[in-house]
Amino acid sequence: MLTKRIIPCLDVKDGKTVKGVNFENLRDAGDPVELGALYSQQGADELVFLDITATLEKRGTLVELVRKVAANINIPFTIGGGISSIEDVSACLNAGADKVSINSSAVKNPALIDSLAKEFGSQCIVVAIDTRHHQGIDLVHTHGGTKATSIQTIPWAIEVQERGAGEILLTSMDHDGTKAGFANVLTSAISRRLQIPIIASGGAGNMQHFVDVFTQGAADAALAASIFHFKEIEIPVLKHWLSKEGIAIRI
Amino acid sequence: MRVAIVKYNAGNIRSVAYALNRLGIEPEISDDPEVLKSVDKVIFPGVGEASTAMHYLKKDGLDKLLPTLVQPVLGICLGLQLMCTHSEENNTDCLNIFPVQVKKFPVQGNIKVPQIGWNTIHDLKSPLFKGLSENAFMYFVHSYYAEQNPYAIATTDYIFPYTSAIHKDNFYAVQFHAEKSGEVGSQIIENFIRL
Repeated sequence: MLTKRIIPCLDVKDGKTVKGVNFENLRDAGDPVELGALYSQQGADELVFLDITATLEKRGTLVELVRKVAANINIPFTIGGGISSIEDVSACLNAGADKVSINSSAVKNPALIDSLAKEFGSQCIVVAIDTRHHQGIDLVHTHGGTKATSIQTIPWAIEVQERGAGEILLTSMDHDGTKAGFANVLTSAISRRLQIPIIASGGAGNMQHFVDVFTQGAADAALAASIFHFKEIEIPVLKHWLSKEGIAIRI
Repeated sequence: MRVAIVKYNAGNIRSVAYALNRLGIEPEISDDPEVLKSVDKVIFPGVGEASTAMHYLKKDGLDKLLPTLVQPVLGICLGLQLMCTHSEENNTDCLNIFPVQVKKFPVQGNIKVPQIGWNTIHDLKSPLFKGLSENAFMYFVHSYYAEQNPYAIATTDYIFPYTSAIHKDNFYAVQFHAEKSGEVGSQIIENFIRL
């Protein structure tokens, strides 16, 4: 049986993990490769690296990160952060990335999804959607959730599937950082309407939240950052508990 | 030990090379027929779309060469599908090493296509899986699958049971990404190298 995926997310700036991590047993808690390898040993099903470095040499720093991760980690990983062209994607995949995540660039130019899917196959194209509830409607946001658009979230999710996205990484800005649980209603509405897998993100605070997002939210995968980095929830404990709660999970 | 990875437009060549590096092997990434014929082992990776991949293989004459190789060959993911007779993906004629049809997973209920994530392999029958236990977890990403067939050395259940690894003569192929399936996947690659 296909299992639900647990995905730690690492925000990387200038080659270091940011947002803070709390692992005494690492030589350098800021090294994303070492942290990723630790999560992999603990049973993470995939990893997401989000490079938030803002430089003119953006592609170079992305590729350098991808190369280091790919050489050292033997589970799948996605790279995201400022990817906006076929050349960017090609450079990341050739360096060993399994998938790339695009966000603002897809909103700005939706045809980019079509051309990437055609060139590289849908399986490696993840479209990240940052969404926020605004006066009764869910709207897509860009630039790390800071800029609102007039695009409604559910129709946009359907459109990115039709254009060839292989997966959607859905982040609820309303839930992100609250530790009050994932956006299960919206996640479920999208997941039940689409054929491609949905990775839910934003709001993880305890282990029950993961059960809820897989059952009520119908998510295929759940992503979290700080609760893993600060060891509030440890992956082996989480996975055993999910399994005990009847969720299909890889132990 | 010389190991070659078939060079064409496949996306996961670097990942396979890194997996071999972790086993202490520096592979030759090549589309040169002389290299591919002379090495001890050949790995045929694949990610992407079948007709585009076949186009690239034909351009370099690799479609003729690959079925004639005599040393152990391991296809991975799309590599498995291309080693079959025909794929429903853009109605593509493939290498015909295995007389097997490749079909698209049907869309039914709330089951997602592509299958993405960790699933198990069972009914294991090959030295490729030496040291593995039944129902080991592997990482899969695919929308097309090989129907159950007599060459099966592993089976996986998604919607229905399908063949997730095949073997005939010197040709082996796995639908899952052994190079991305943690320590267990690494064991399979090591087993292949030791065949």
